[in-house]
Amino acid sequence: MSTQYSSSEMMTIAASRLLQNGQVCFVGIGQPSAAANLARLTSTPDIVLIYESGTIGTKPDVLPLSIGDGELSETADLVVSVPEMFRYWLQGGHVDIGFLGAAQIDRFANINTTVIGDYNNPKVRLPGAGGAPEISTNCKEILIILKQSSRAFVEQLSFITSPGFMEGGDSREEAGLTNKGPVAVITDLGVLEPDPVSKELVMTHLHEGITVDQARENTGWDLKFADHLQTTALPTDEELKVLRDLNERTAKAHAGAE
Amino acid sequence: MAKITTLKAAVSELIDNGDSVALEGFTHLIPYAAGHEIIRQKKQDLTIIRMTPDVIYDQLIGMGCVRKMIFSWGGNPGVGSLYRFRDAVEKGWPQPLEIEEHSHADMANAYEAGAANLPFATLRAYIGCDLPKYNRTIKQIECPFTGEKLAAVPAIRPDVTVIHAQQADRKGNVLLWGIVGVQKQAVLAAKKVIVTVEEVVDKLEPHANQTVIPGWVIDAVCEIPGGAFPSYAQGYSTRNNAFYQQWDVIARDRETFSLWMERHVLDTENFAQFKDSIGVRSVA
Repeated sequence: MSTQYSSSEMMTIAASRLLQNGQVCFVGIGQPSAAANLARLTSTPDIVLIYESGTIGTKPDVLPLSIGDGELSETADLVVSVPEMFRYWLQGGHVDIGFLGAAQIDRFANINTTVIGDYNNPKVRLPGAGGAPEISTNCKEILIILKQSSRAFVEQLSFITSPGFMEGGDSREEAGLTNKGPVAVITDLGVLEPDPVSKELVMTHLHEGITVDQARENTGWDLKFADHLQTTALPTDEELKVLRDLNERTAKAHAGAE
Repeated sequence: MAKITTLKAAVSELIDNGDSVALEGFTHLIPYAAGHEIIRQKKQDLTIIRMTPDVIYDQLIGMGCVRKMIFSWGGNPGVGSLYRFRDAVEKGWPQPLEIEEHSHADMANAYEAGAANLPFATLRAYIGCDLPKYNRTIKQIECPFTGEKLAAVPAIRPDVTVIHAQQADRKGNVLLWGIVGVQKQAVLAAKKVIVTVEEVVDKLEPHANQTVIPGWVIDAVCEIPGGAFPSYAQGYSTRNNAFYQQWDVIARDRETFSLWMERHVLDTENFAQFKDSIGVRSVA
């Protein structure tokens, strides 16, 4: 066990542990991609990673900067068109787990990647939906990864890009969604999971050295904690080594791009 | 029937002010050279369509070519914001930008409907998403067989689709491979089509199931080696991720952006000169 690691490394490692071997995982670019590839290089070598650019079963040696880096298609089992990706593979029901990032999230794990402020007169215009709304409703389960802060974990979203549990309780099923929805939100402070009944996110794990007060201060709503709040296991030496090697290869590859 | 011609002639003859234009490409094979030629020719009042508008759309918007953008994800992939797009939406500079916003699944289906000559596409989408509140073109319909509620979106039918590909032969048949995005659908959905290619060869030798687009559905083919820079053409070049990171600095400030565009795009004659002016050697 090592105690020398960053909060961002802890977040990636904690997220990677939630993936299971043999799963088919639809991966967002950035933090989800880092965690999913760490899982592939450590505990889940047979995980199938899918990126929305149409690359299926991809095994990148360096993390892609963009969703369409050549590394993804050159290491894929197959490359399909984008309509085929969304129609046959995602909507067709072939994906176990969707792994998303977000700019903002609320207590019911609804996420916003569209706009901060009024839609027609925005304070900050974000990139928008991309594949997320249909990833969140067509994969069997969803994982979400983002850093925890009161600006990101907000009481009220300006815009819901991708539904989590909507208004909580049964509202997701009542709206006609049949998949399970978000099963965990992984942050740099710990892990949140939905309460089985209210569907409100509850902090179930804190990473080593993180306090309840820290988690509370970095959440824009009155955060609830599990009765049996657990401490995330420390990163293993292997996890850290593989992650650092991956990040090093990645930095080198992108800096040297010609 | 495809005419093998110059990009200058193709853009001048096939793209009119006020047209809807889709310069498609999903990170790979983005038709940058064609975008620059649209800017050099100062086309106006365009509706630009693309699932993933990135740096070239940022340039078109910042240079005042665009009235409206139809899109599903507008960012600098792996880097962050498109500052010219944001400035247009947030502050109306250099002119207000009307946006019509969708999700990827929606636009991919809508291009397919366009290619299939259908009026609309249907898909399982948008439940719990706020986009339909702001984009009135997204409707809900009931399946006539099961009663399931589905989303319906109008087909995309661009006036002009522009794509970049690896190769064409002398008859204008086009071959592309790698991440092929939504390009074939966007070509077949369009009224007019321009394709820029890495090289024109005597004979295409496609592997089975590689994408071949016959010259008889294309209007103009232009040979522009490296014409996707800073995007890439698999087998010819790699994505210049460093340029995407530099764009973040160039585009942040209106004046820096305008000076950069004037110096490197407006004051150059073509894409090869543009690349020389920013110090990138042409990719062989």
